Amino acid sequence: MTEITLSILQVVIIMAIAPLVSGVITKIKNNLRFRSGQSIFQPYRNLKKLFLKEEVISKHVSWIFMVTPFIVLASSVAASLVVPVFIVLTKTQQLGDLLLLVFLFSLGRFFLALAALDTASAFAGMGSSREMFISAFTEAVAILSIFAICLNLGTTNLAAVNLYTIRLPTIIAAISLFMVILAETSRIPIDNPETHLELTMIHEAMVLEYSGRSLALIELASYIKQVVFFSLIGTILMPAFLSNGLLRNFTVFSAYLAKLFALCVLVSFIEVHLAKMRLFRTVDFFSFSFVLALVAIILAALGV
Amino acid sequence: MANIFNLHVGFLRDGLSLFFVSTILLISLPSATYSLGYLKGHYSKGKIIYNWVLFVLFIISMLLVVTVNNALVFLICWESMSLISYFLVIFDEKSEKSISAGTVYVVMTHIGTAFIIAAFLILYNHAGSFDFNVLRINADTLSAGARNLVFLFLLIGFGTKAGIVPLHIWLPLAHPQAPSHISSLMSGVMIKTAIYGIIRFVICILGVSSLWWGNLILVLAAISCIVGVICALMEHDLKKLLAYHSVENIGIILLGLGVSMIFLKLNLPVLAVFSLAAGLYHLINHAIFKGLLFLCAGSVYKATGTRDIEKLGGLIKKMPYTSAAFLVGAVAISALPPLNGFVSEWLTFQAFFQGALSTTAGMKVFLSLSAAALALTSGLAAACFVKAFGVTFLAMPRSAKAREAVEVSFSMKVSMCFLGILTFVFGLGCVIIFKNLVVVSKNVLGLETLNVNFSLNNFILITANNSTVSLPAVALVLVLCVIATAILLFVLAGARKARQYDTWDCGYYNLGARNEYSATAFSKPFRVAFSFFLLPYRKTEKIRESFYHVKTFKYETFTTPIFRKYIYAPLLGGIFGLARFMRRLQPGSIHLYISYIFITIIALIVFMKKF
Repeated sequence: MTEITLSILQVVIIMAIAPLVSGVITKIKNNLRFRSGQSIFQPYRNLKKLFLKEEVISKHVSWIFMVTPFIVLASSVAASLVVPVFIVLTKTQQLGDLLLLVFLFSLGRFFLALAALDTASAFAGMGSSREMFISAFTEAVAILSIFAICLNLGTTNLAAVNLYTIRLPTIIAAISLFMVILAETSRIPIDNPETHLELTMIHEAMVLEYSGRSLALIELASYIKQVVFFSLIGTILMPAFLSNGLLRNFTVFSAYLAKLFALCVLVSFIEVHLAKMRLFRTVDFFSFSFVLALVAIILAALGV
Repeated sequence: MANIFNLHVGFLRDGLSLFFVSTILLISLPSATYSLGYLKGHYSKGKIIYNWVLFVLFIISMLLVVTVNNALVFLICWESMSLISYFLVIFDEKSEKSISAGTVYVVMTHIGTAFIIAAFLILYNHAGSFDFNVLRINADTLSAGARNLVFLFLLIGFGTKAGIVPLHIWLPLAHPQAPSHISSLMSGVMIKTAIYGIIRFVICILGVSSLWWGNLILVLAAISCIVGVICALMEHDLKKLLAYHSVENIGIILLGLGVSMIFLKLNLPVLAVFSLAAGLYHLINHAIFKGLLFLCAGSVYKATGTRDIEKLGGLIKKMPYTSAAFLVGAVAISALPPLNGFVSEWLTFQAFFQGALSTTAGMKVFLSLSAAALALTSGLAAACFVKAFGVTFLAMPRSAKAREAVEVSFSMKVSMCFLGILTFVFGLGCVIIFKNLVVVSKNVLGLETLNVNFSLNNFILITANNSTVSLPAVALVLVLCVIATAILLFVLAGARKARQYDTWDCGYYNLGARNEYSATAFSKPFRVAFSFFLLPYRKTEKIRESFYHVKTFKYETFTTPIFRKYIYAPLLGGIFGLARFMRRLQPGSIHLYISYIFITIIALIVFMKKF
């Protein structure tokens, strides 16, 4: 029973800090550009505003459009149960493994892409097409890098993660996975989370017709997705700071926050220093990360 | 010669046959119910009776194929199955397309059968009997070269029926032409009899004797997966799209089968049992969701009279049941949790992963790459079904036919609903089903005594190396999350405030169905990214009123069917060329014919004298 309570606690903590992570990234980016920028708590204010706001719903939509925000949020929350964030929960993490994580996010994306087509808007359709295009490649690369990581781990379930030692292939695979994560969380160089220029946007184009609380749910889901992926990278590369039982002390939690902060800084640097790629150049980006994952596999196979 | 006709035909009652019999019956039941509504109004009374006769004969022949224990009788049943399905493909014999599709089908399937006959004759020549048991016992003493030859013949023969790339060209032509309930049987079940053939004759009777057999099947399977799904993405005919997905899914099934053969040869029996069971699981899953999707496509066709998804749209409001059923099928085939497609793909991934853990370096890389191919396939399949569902059912109708669609009749709804529920059952009850499939798989591989430990209880799938997934729990979490979110929203933010308005149109007004994203546009990025394979080209045509004013602009985009253009067309050209050359022997001159007779007699005399 305590395990289930702890899992729920983990989900609540992730949901609570997810907007903050986004706020921190925006803040760091602004500071890197010598701007003062908005407060790191701005995403919370946005969410609150959206939750209380009236929705405008297109005349053409069906029930798919209505249920999608709930499904997207549910799939993100379920995914956050799979990754050991700061506690290893051997029982509840039997819910699923890393493959389930990949496919849960696919579930959310599938419905989001359908909801985009549901609005009969050309922009949303464009976003939907691009998102599915990119996700087909990210899925292949993600599975390959997960394979490389798990060959070291011995299982695809992350509950064993605090018992393993990091090797070179793991680090290379983690870099490849990080590139996938940039794409999955709609970051530069694949997508630009700040843009509102219809011709270039991908994720934003899909959710163009959403407003009010539906939009808030989708935003929250993508914040959670980002934190889950960051936690995944943190867990794989720095498993030492995972607690094996209860939240015994404060250090575990602060170590987790430190990991997230480090990744925020990294992502901000990448976003500030790179430009968005053309859609068809993303194939090269994924080819590169695919090759990295393959190198990791070969190294792991050779026993490096 | 005498014992050819001295047949001892019995029926097999082993796990494999029972598995295929239950798969066939599971899909033919809803298919039969569906045809009650589907055929009414569409066809004349005589035609409906004709359909029923063929339908029953088709199912009986498939049941016989998977149960008889004699290779000769197997061939007879196999051939009658092919011929009956040919008559079902040309059921709409008035349409030119049906006839040409039927011709391609009947030619391809007979090429396949010829290879199967050749393989059987080699086996018969060695064993002296067509009985499966005798064949199996004598197969051990077959020479290595003959074994390899038999394997290749069987692979080509059954591969043609299964639709392995590049032998798949008949499949996307023939399956869509049959009436939809038959398409669901052909795609769902008939092509699986070829998988039965491979398992029965290669694994059970011949026995896996070289590592490259498994490697070859794995490579072909990965190619079939990716080629099938890319072709499906380019296809805008709903039933053809589904037929291409059959090529893809046969590939996924063969991934499980091929990797199982590899493990068998590498002496990893537990993994071999696991992988074969994963392949069988995908086989039955594909039968269910592809059957479902074809029935839904049939409903769409019945309601609108078109299969071109560019002319559809907005059907979700007109046909709520059909669209919900199609959505379930689409989620299942895209391997999304918690439905059944996810389970079998997860198991296949696990088969690769466990294999990669316990084999040598080269094999590790090979298996990981196969897993990546599977992942790419499932990503592309999800994209394809977003396109298929989104363009067909969502947004605004794109034609008058789609605007006037009405929901189909009760019997059709019931059969779609039945298969829709099965996708949930086979997803959530995965542990119980997988346990049974492991028993079948052990039986096939002759490893009954093997202890395969993969599960602690009935809710969590656990592999030998502690990789777990629990779909009932995932489903529970998802449902609880949705409910909790809805309640929390209501409590914290009050009732939903919403108003209806137009879709945002950039300040233009009256955006209509012409402005929606079309299927062609949706698949454009894929067409560009895979242009090295698809070789797309476009035709533009401008009709001008004057130099400055273009009145209409016609733009069409095509992809090159490379297998037909670069393999089959030259082959066919060669055969026709040869036939034209041979025709010179028969110019119709009686003098020449008499001289032929004369030469033949002389030759015979010489022959008789000499020997």
